[in-house]
Amino acid sequence: MKKFLAILATVIMGASALVGCGSKDASVDGGSENLFRTVDEIKSSGTVKIGVFSDKKPFGYVDENGEYQGYDIYFAKRIAQDLGVELEYVSTEPASRVEYLKTGKVDIVLANFTVTNARKEVVDYALPYMKVALGVVSPESALIKAPEELNGKTLIVVKGTTAETYFTENYPDVKLLKFDQYADAYNALIDGRGDALSTDNTEVLAWAIQNPGFAVGIEEMGNVDTIAPAVTKGNASLKEWIDNEIISLADEQFFHKDFKETLEPIYGSNVNVDSLVVEGGKVE
Amino acid sequence: MQDLGIKVLFMGSNFERLLDGLWVTIHISILSVLLSILLGILLGIVMTSKNIVVKAVTRVYLEFVRIMPQLVLLFIVYFGVTKTFGLHLNGETSALIVFTIWGTAEMGDLVRSAIISIPKHQRESGLAIGLNSSQIYRYIIIPQTLIRLIPPAINLTTRMIKTTSLIVLIGVVEVLKVGQQIIEANRYTVPNATLWIYGTIFFLYFFTCWPISLLAKFLEKKWKVN
Repeated sequence: MKKFLAILATVIMGASALVGCGSKDASVDGGSENLFRTVDEIKSSGTVKIGVFSDKKPFGYVDENGEYQGYDIYFAKRIAQDLGVELEYVSTEPASRVEYLKTGKVDIVLANFTVTNARKEVVDYALPYMKVALGVVSPESALIKAPEELNGKTLIVVKGTTAETYFTENYPDVKLLKFDQYADAYNALIDGRGDALSTDNTEVLAWAIQNPGFAVGIEEMGNVDTIAPAVTKGNASLKEWIDNEIISLADEQFFHKDFKETLEPIYGSNVNVDSLVVEGGKVE
Repeated sequence: MQDLGIKVLFMGSNFERLLDGLWVTIHISILSVLLSILLGILLGIVMTSKNIVVKAVTRVYLEFVRIMPQLVLLFIVYFGVTKTFGLHLNGETSALIVFTIWGTAEMGDLVRSAIISIPKHQRESGLAIGLNSSQIYRYIIIPQTLIRLIPPAINLTTRMIKTTSLIVLIGVVEVLKVGQQIIEANRYTVPNATLWIYGTIFFLYFFTCWPISLLAKFLEKKWKVN
């Protein structure tokens, strides 16, 4: 009996501790405005912290010499250069990008961050510098050409990506197999643990070119989304600075150069540059 | 085809980067294991107390840490502390804190169970020959506890080393993440690098944990003779 009481007490105390934690988190959400750094603060600190992907070639990855490379990185370097500060890369995962901004652990996220309404509520986006839609890649022997063909089948997605939310909302009959890492997701497709894989079309197009036996059956679905730098909610000065930067970079067609340097070696010259690159923040 | 994969390992400074990643893994685990052992032994002794309040508090701590996935603890410390107090802990410090909190709880429970597993007559015999309570601990309880403690403590240590692969989610690039970076950077050109890189990481983990097992075996033998 005594033992039982002790266990009961433990459970109750444990539960109240958990509840206590939860409510604490909820109450501080409102008071977290001052966690970000303004442009002046970044400049005087001498370092800008930019959250990037370290394993998403060709947008953000680390080459064999340990150097960050890619389309996002090319832009990140330019931002740091024009701010006149050192660049500190922070390696982020798709699912943790928002938290990094909310807590001000990075100043900017430049990690292939697709603009969505849900995300707009928690972070502030600057002008876009790229656009994408969703694509679906599957084995050529059992090519998926329309999303309806996926009903009852298994689709591989990466947690926290647009593909995950899009299929959950619009195709509830598709079984989703979710992974934390891109590397694991692609390996699952190769191993046949799913019938197809969906993520941004840029991504699956590039992957299919390099992996014989796989093809992109759906090149464009879902909405055409834009990709933009994101800053902590309320960081107006930094957002404005990036907006102006993107507008002024249009004069030198910066993102076309970026494409040539980082994306063309991967996609080949068959891809229409203007279907991916956005100059001056203007999406037609 | 097969020689293509291993080539990746020696491209640029890839192998060196893996070793750097392994060092991150090792130094976070070793530091937190050492802290956990020290604090865990103290906690374990406290946990044998008959005081109901002490018992309840330590029990809640232990169950809380056991029930919570380590990843949640990492997020609470890394992001939660910043949100609540505006205090920025870097990824490695957060990892060290979480792994020490976790290790201390688990270690404490191991120490507690090792202590109470010592038969009652051992303590009573000590009292009978006129030893005081600290002498009983020093000469009777602790030596016997240590021997019983080694296997589960080693188990905990290797578990902690392997669980450090979670810290990539709070931005710490450790050996597994470096491996994934290498795989991704080459996945268009050398798709079968995966097996080679993960295979290498397997051996890196193995050669980290194996010496610990050997040390444990050695200690067990040595202390048994005493």
